[in-house]
Amino acid sequence: MAVFGTDVDRPLYGRGPSAGLRFTVYAILSIALMYYDQHGHWVQRLHYALDATAYPVQVAVSSPRAAWNWLTENFRGRDELRAENHRLHDLVLALEMSVVRQDALEQENAELRGLRAALPPFIKQWRLAEIISVETDPLRQRVVINKGAADGVLVNQAVVDGSGVLGQVARVGPWSAEVILVTDPEHAIPVEVTRNSLRSIAVGSGSTGELLLPYLAVNSDIKSGDLLVSSGLGGVFPAGLPVARISGIRRENNQLLAQVRAQPLAHVEQDREVVLLQIEPSHPAAPAANPPIAPEAPPAAKPAPKIADPNE
Amino acid sequence: MSERHPRLVVLTTTIIALVLTVVPLPIWFAIVRPAFLVLTVLYWSIMTPRAGGLLLGYAGGLALDVFQGSLLGEHALALAFVTYLAIRLNLLMRAKPLFEQSLFVFAALMVYEFVLWVIDGWSGHALSTPARWVHALTGGLIWPLVVGILGRFRSSR
Repeated sequence: MAVFGTDVDRPLYGRGPSAGLRFTVYAILSIALMYYDQHGHWVQRLHYALDATAYPVQVAVSSPRAAWNWLTENFRGRDELRAENHRLHDLVLALEMSVVRQDALEQENAELRGLRAALPPFIKQWRLAEIISVETDPLRQRVVINKGAADGVLVNQAVVDGSGVLGQVARVGPWSAEVILVTDPEHAIPVEVTRNSLRSIAVGSGSTGELLLPYLAVNSDIKSGDLLVSSGLGGVFPAGLPVARISGIRRENNQLLAQVRAQPLAHVEQDREVVLLQIEPSHPAAPAANPPIAPEAPPAAKPAPKIADPNE
Repeated sequence: MSERHPRLVVLTTTIIALVLTVVPLPIWFAIVRPAFLVLTVLYWSIMTPRAGGLLLGYAGGLALDVFQGSLLGEHALALAFVTYLAIRLNLLMRAKPLFEQSLFVFAALMVYEFVLWVIDGWSGHALSTPARWVHALTGGLIWPLVVGILGRFRSSR
């Protein structure tokens, strides 16, 4: 078995392929892998297959936490459960009250928009997924969930929890998927202020619990406490999902842009389960028609671009 | 056992180190968490370069890429590079006192992180915080501990 090279019994120095040569080979191999992982397709398939082999280990690695959660769940006192039951009961009542006029309002809204039929339901399908591991790299705010391509998870699908947008699916494996959170420094979400429909973009700050709005002018009408919802632009998130609340604004006279911070509404740290949303595409709040190019889609599947014929 | 199966010991400790590297931790622990996998690979490359070696570094880095969802080959290249440095300097390092070894490990971890940083920049993940360099310091600090623990598994010759 030649696991670590066949050189165990040979002298280290003064023989054929030197460590330098072998390192060069490995370096070229790595660079080729990185290049094709970013641009090519077959390495992405390899990555997909490797994700499948990594999945059981990810589950095993996160199992102590899962076991602890299971224990605390199972050994909760009766009083505590009763209290929670009461609380949930009240919550259900409150929610029922708040949606009691929902159907009527939707119908009215459709009529105002000039649509004859009632709107299709906003959410086509939703699906619960469990967080199996949280990204270990402090620079990257990502989580891995236990639903993947086998469950119909798609790249760029919106991920929410009960109180707001968590993020979107960045990469799909066979049974798991990586979710990039709104707080990841590489993530940006188009938002709008509910109070005055002011639109902007909220980018992740890299720390849980903070979003930044770097593109707002000093004189823009925004206040602490304003609610930000997704604006539906950008083709990923549907319009109207709550995202964050403005937590702090700093305006300096010598600068063109205000420094605006917001606190995401989703509880990234406390969540164990997240919801994957699939939006009905014919609903007006669905993301705008130009979806981002999904890296997984084979090029043959793309429809040929239609060019409007001026003679028609 | 360890005398007859040096590769088995190396492989087992490396897998344990890999698990320690990817096990989810609260964010503050995650920042100061030393790169256990790099430390283990460095240890075996310095002490028994014939049983450890480049393939160990390369394969370990590739596994890390898969678990962390980074670009395939990124950690593999960085880890293979510092493994190469350790193999080249292994005779020199073995003769040094622990303190100087720690300094070398710190430098190697900085090089490792630097390679990752450069690749991150090239591949479009240009955002970075100073927190990413912290683990080099903690890694250098716990190196004597690594030597103490892994030394027990090493065949005494």
